[in-house]
Amino acid sequence: MRKEYETVIGLEVHVELATKTKIFCACPTKFGGAPNAHTCPVCTGMPGALPVLNKQVVEYALAVGLAVNCQVNQCCKFDRKNYFYPDNPQNYQISQLYLPICYDGFVEINTEGGSKKIGIHEVHMEEDAGKLIHDEQGERSLVDFNRSGVPLIEIVSEPDMRSAQEVIAYLEKLRMTIQYLGASDCRLQEGSMRADINLSVREAGAKEMGTRTEMKNLNSFKAIGRAIEGERQRQIDILESGGKVVQETRRWDDHQGISIAMRSKEDAHDYRYFPDPDLPPVEIRDDWLERIRQARPEMREEKRRRYQEEFGLPQYDAEILTSWKKIADVFEETTAICGRPKEVSNWLMVEGMRLLKEKDMDVEGLDFSPENLAALIRLVEKNVINRTVAKAVFEEIFWSDVNPETYVEEHGLKVVNDIDALARVIEKIIAENPQSVRDFKKGKKKAAGFLVGQTMRAMEGKAEPGLVNQLVKEQLSLL
Amino acid sequence: MANVIDDAAIEYLGVLAKLALSQEEKEAAKADMGRMLDYIDKLNELDTSGVQPMSHVFPVKNVFREDVVENGDGREALLANGPECTGEAFVVPKTIG
Amino acid sequence: MSILELTAVELGKRIKTGQVTVEEAVQASLDQIKKAEQKVNAFVTVDEEGALRRAEEVQKKINRGELRGPLAGVPAALKDNLCTKGLLTTCCSKILYNFVPSYTAEAVLHLERAGAVILGKTNMDEFAMGSTTETSAYGETRNPWNLDHVPGGSSGGSCAAVAVNECFYALGSDTGGSIRQPSSFCGVTGFKPTYGTVSRYGLIAYGSSLDQIGPVAKDVTDCAAILEAIASYDPKDSTSIRREDNRFTEALVDEVRGLRIGIPRDYFGEGLNPQVRDTILGAADVLRQKGAIVEEFDLSLVEYGVPAYYVIASAEASSNLSRFDGVKYGYRSPSYKDLYSMYKKSRSEGFGPEVKRRIMLGAFVLSSGYYDAYYVKAQKTKALIKRAFDQAFQSFDVILAPASPDTAPRLGQSLRDPIQMYLGDIYTISANLVGLPGLTVPCGTDSSGLPIGMQLIGDCFQEKKLIRAGFAFERSRCYQGPAMAKELEQSTPNPYVGEASSAQGSIWEKGGK
Repeated sequence: MRKEYETVIGLEVHVELATKTKIFCACPTKFGGAPNAHTCPVCTGMPGALPVLNKQVVEYALAVGLAVNCQVNQCCKFDRKNYFYPDNPQNYQISQLYLPICYDGFVEINTEGGSKKIGIHEVHMEEDAGKLIHDEQGERSLVDFNRSGVPLIEIVSEPDMRSAQEVIAYLEKLRMTIQYLGASDCRLQEGSMRADINLSVREAGAKEMGTRTEMKNLNSFKAIGRAIEGERQRQIDILESGGKVVQETRRWDDHQGISIAMRSKEDAHDYRYFPDPDLPPVEIRDDWLERIRQARPEMREEKRRRYQEEFGLPQYDAEILTSWKKIADVFEETTAICGRPKEVSNWLMVEGMRLLKEKDMDVEGLDFSPENLAALIRLVEKNVINRTVAKAVFEEIFWSDVNPETYVEEHGLKVVNDIDALARVIEKIIAENPQSVRDFKKGKKKAAGFLVGQTMRAMEGKAEPGLVNQLVKEQLSLL
Repeated sequence: MANVIDDAAIEYLGVLAKLALSQEEKEAAKADMGRMLDYIDKLNELDTSGVQPMSHVFPVKNVFREDVVENGDGREALLANGPECTGEAFVVPKTIG
Repeated sequence: MSILELTAVELGKRIKTGQVTVEEAVQASLDQIKKAEQKVNAFVTVDEEGALRRAEEVQKKINRGELRGPLAGVPAALKDNLCTKGLLTTCCSKILYNFVPSYTAEAVLHLERAGAVILGKTNMDEFAMGSTTETSAYGETRNPWNLDHVPGGSSGGSCAAVAVNECFYALGSDTGGSIRQPSSFCGVTGFKPTYGTVSRYGLIAYGSSLDQIGPVAKDVTDCAAILEAIASYDPKDSTSIRREDNRFTEALVDEVRGLRIGIPRDYFGEGLNPQVRDTILGAADVLRQKGAIVEEFDLSLVEYGVPAYYVIASAEASSNLSRFDGVKYGYRSPSYKDLYSMYKKSRSEGFGPEVKRRIMLGAFVLSSGYYDAYYVKAQKTKALIKRAFDQAFQSFDVILAPASPDTAPRLGQSLRDPIQMYLGDIYTISANLVGLPGLTVPCGTDSSGLPIGMQLIGDCFQEKKLIRAGFAFERSRCYQGPAMAKELEQSTPNPYVGEASSAQGSIWEKGGK
């Protein structure tokens, strides 16, 4: 009989900070530049170039550290991590090992068994590497340093997680926290949030930790779930067959559903860290910390409560709307223009979420103006368009941020409120459907619904269904 | 501690420092480093208990930049010295992963 | 007196009054370079065309009154580890044989603002690792006082060039004595300022916590004027220090009464050439006679400086030099089979033996299991050495010492025994470890006519005390260059002026091919 195993998981999460410039030079961090356009001597390791620390990086790192209940190293330093790779222009990465900016914190997550604390070992600052573009046919790779020197924080958890669900809950918690702080957009697919998983298994009840492996290249929650299950199974199989797990770094291949060891005799994993002589220490005095604390924006729980109290939203709505800072922002901005919070909430939660899900889209990709959503809500409110049309217009706003007033005008989508015109159409429909009229007369009330439907179709949806219903019934009763 | 510098150590340092030494250079490196480390071991005569290691001599702290973009397109200057480039990137032998 | 015999500041005055034009000065230097290079090999790149063009531009600015400083129009040379936009910068290594920077070192920008005309780049030990300028990939520099001897190093090219009047002053860099020791060997004045006084931006790093740029010139006045020009707070260098007391020329006063000068007994013991000892103590007497209070004292920990230095410098170098990998600039081996063999072959073929030796040592002292025993131990030693100097400067304004245990050795003598060579840095190294300023002033010659320099070490930020002591001392004597400088100047130009200038262009480059 197979033994029971417990999975022990710790995470190293890298988050790209939302600064305008790189960590040690004044190059832009924005995406979309031509390869190597966003570079200078500093972020490309030119001889004689020197780093100067971006203050905003420290502030974001502190904000995140405080939000995950960390202690702060009031004198922290940068260290060099030495290893050769072409995406690492100096062949050392400036990071923090000996005195990371924040340490010893925790976050609380909700699990099936209730609330659980996940320990945070440390939060440290470091620079990102460049990008290698692999030439599939040829024997070469191309090096692009646009991302080289983009600021990162690495959040290292304690090995406190026991399942993929807990890992995802933990990541969601970090994502929400960091997005609310404005420190990063935390997009897994885009790579602005990346998780490496340290996983080991041990017999249930064992005190000793098993040998762990580190898994990289996980860029969606689904991949993370599969990778954890796959790696857990792989390690159990090794143990069951009397083998030993090797401590190593593995790369998850989500297409094949397997992990592959990343090993080379040229990787000694001896990084020879030492304090970077080019960067003086960072001293974080109490007054600076206090300013960071004061500047903390409204966080998710506070917002959720406020939505219930201030806007009278049901808890369910408040939970959903606040689960993404981006949605909460759209909600608040729209409400500020047109009021009607429940209506705004409905549009975002029902239609918005449906569209996101349909296209498997990241919330951070939302890109429409609250003004247009507010205008749409007003059009409905004033009965200029009906709800069916409104849904179609919402979709246009959602994808292309159209101005609903112009759109409705140009596409002739206004509700037809001309009763005479409508009555003429209904007369025609009734004349064309004698069977339905007969059914109605026999007492089949549903037949009236069919006629209403036919009328709406003839009107291309631009009639008010209530009005059509009323007119159809009036005409039928006159027959 | 000089005896730590054996063939394996020289091999290992070659991996770390990305240097491929000839057999002759390896022998020389082994001898030189052994002697150098013997000499450096002189530091062990000093009682440094309770002394904080000093990485920066002056108590300079908190040297920052403001988060303002100042650099323009640096590609041309960057690639000008490249041993092998396309018009927009450096070329290296194929890397994996 | 010929143009070439003038000091930089004297030349600057004559240019200002119109007695000498910038072009005349530059042409005189270029002529001397053509004559001297075959013998001395102090330059690795000479930018004749650029210098002449620049001479015209500077002359115009002087005429218009836009350039008024003491160095306006004065021709200078730069150690080849200082980046110069558009001009080959090799660190005298094969691995940077063709590197042309897109930026200029901050210190050099300041010199240019002061009206300097850059003649070219001077020879040095590869990546400044060496004490003789023999580890250069472009041939050794020879000492103008005796061509069978080394000029010292690593700024040997800068010091020899100044000594033989190829330029009026030069910039060097000093990581363990690399300005002060060759200045002593070449009979010129060299100044290593307090760490952080001159921006390191654009200086190709060897040991980042130790490196400082400084002037090499004919006298203390020149050094003070040059340092005043290049000292600056630079926001691009995080270790740069904001100083208010940068007007170093104010300290050029012939007055040392009451100045407390300490002579560390532990610098005058075993291993010091008696002729050097006597000459230095003689110089101390000169200052005593001028009213300084000279006393002996025990500095302590002197013998620990060299081992601590070699741990720290090698560790930093191993990391600093890892960027030379054949990917972004410089040398890439023509044959390799994959990424790692490209790295290894490029680096192994590109670096010379001394550089490889230090990279390996540096990788070792940082490696897993040895970091605490070596690197941390060295940093603790550094803290103790700092305490020893702090204590000394409670009693003294200036420490007076030799710059080197001996005069310039013969070519080929030092590299045979690395530890012996490293021990040659024993009097200069501590100033780098703890960031102190040091000034070397020539004070005599040995029996074979090789120069001896005394070193004045000050507390951090106390350059002015060194300038005052050095200035007062040199007032008591007059500058003597090597005989060769005058002989060459008076000789007719050699039609064949060496391999360097046989290149067709007017930029002579020893790298770049």
